[in-house]
Amino acid sequence: MGGNSWNSVAISIQKRNSDPTERTSEFGRWMIDIYEGLKAALWLVVSLDPELWDISLRSLRVTLTALVVASVIAIPLGTYLAVQRFRYRRFVISLINALMGLPPVVIGLLVYILLSRSGPFGVLNLLFTPTAMIIAQVIIITPVIASIAHQAMRELWAEYHDLLISLNTTKWQRIVTLIRDGRRNLLTAALAGFGRAIGEVGAIMIVGGNIDHVTRVLTTAIALETGKGDFALALGLGFVLIGIAIVVNLAIHTLSRTEREGRW
Amino acid sequence: MSAKFPLTLHQVLVRRQGKTVIGPLNLKLETDGVTIIVGPNGSGKTTLLRVMHGIERINGGTVSWAQDDPSKHAFVFQSPVVLRRSVAENLAYPLRLLKVPDAEVKAAVAQWLARIGLSGKAQTAATRLSGGERQKLAIARALIRKPDVLFLDEPCANLDGHATREIEAILKESATAGTRLVMATHDMGQARRLAQDLVFMLNGRIHESGKAEPIFVAPKTKELAAFLMGDIVV
Repeated sequence: MGGNSWNSVAISIQKRNSDPTERTSEFGRWMIDIYEGLKAALWLVVSLDPELWDISLRSLRVTLTALVVASVIAIPLGTYLAVQRFRYRRFVISLINALMGLPPVVIGLLVYILLSRSGPFGVLNLLFTPTAMIIAQVIIITPVIASIAHQAMRELWAEYHDLLISLNTTKWQRIVTLIRDGRRNLLTAALAGFGRAIGEVGAIMIVGGNIDHVTRVLTTAIALETGKGDFALALGLGFVLIGIAIVVNLAIHTLSRTEREGRW
Repeated sequence: MSAKFPLTLHQVLVRRQGKTVIGPLNLKLETDGVTIIVGPNGSGKTTLLRVMHGIERINGGTVSWAQDDPSKHAFVFQSPVVLRRSVAENLAYPLRLLKVPDAEVKAAVAQWLARIGLSGKAQTAATRLSGGERQKLAIARALIRKPDVLFLDEPCANLDGHATREIEAILKESATAGTRLVMATHDMGQARRLAQDLVFMLNGRIHESGKAEPIFVAPKTKELAAFLMGDIVV
């Protein structure tokens, strides 16, 4: 039923587009595509299309899991780099910054090689599963979160340095204090990671395989529909994706807002 | 008399980027009460306080406490550092570090909030306090651990008379209760009001030190005499 509603929307748009009697300008057609895309997206959401929900929930599950795992690694790492001086610290920071710019497709390829049947982790049978997609996303967003967290924690550490040193705090107490008091900045770092992960397509296409009902997520579905020529539907899915990103961002901000009118 | 003292500085030298910041200097603090360090800007007052508290690296000499327990001395900075938390949480923070039981923390926080007149702002973000309120909070946070020694670096700089009077009242009360105060200031009026011992610093060295009253009446060096007169001393 989900597939049928998708097809009917796509067919009606294709019919209109191929009708020679319609003499619309390029701009007009483009506007109509957007309008039809919005209509298609609205219809898919309003009709609680099961396939759309399945894909959307999988997108959220994969991305949020990757976000939690990456945050658990990246936030303490970024904070540690802010408070601890060690020999290769600058090199590690530069490396993390450089890793932010790694092409996701390359990461996807590396994860694919590692998880493929003949690869070192082939025995785990993770290729073309959501877990493989989560692994790829964790690798992609950990440097993003770590780098932004490090910047934020470095500023907070400069502010707190004298006080925490004078209170004779341990390294662990300093890290915990910075993470607690810098949580709003860290949330921004996590949201940046979420934005990068939810919109990712290259790596998860390679390691996930875009298998219907198994590893298909919003971005890979958009790529698929675009390839099939169903631009309006792809656009509709895109609007859903943007909607999810905005809603998740607003929800996290609202839930984590601890300061209201200057009161804790 | 505090168990922490005497504190002895022997030939202490601090150098930064090839330049001597303070020293070599010798100093011994062994009585309870209030020691005020005075001197012009850049004379090394802050560095000396930081060295005594153990948060400034020294390049020579020794700093020795009779009993060294860093949790028993506290520091208040010229620009008060407040945690990005509520006023109450700021006060509770040092006690939580020491794993003091929750009931004791709450009681101590309530007591200090009342003492510094911020009971009505317990849940207010500390970053929203005025300069005077922040400094009172910083002093209360330092004193809540009941330190043997409290170092203060110009705590009333940039504060108005009302806030200064409130802070001085808290400090006098603490000194009476047995906390050893070591404070840097360039406010000679404040030095006269609080000092029992006086240390005069100039160009990174201790130029003159001793009991405050005789020094105020008859300084031994012409530099201190000029400083007490309000002249510019460099």
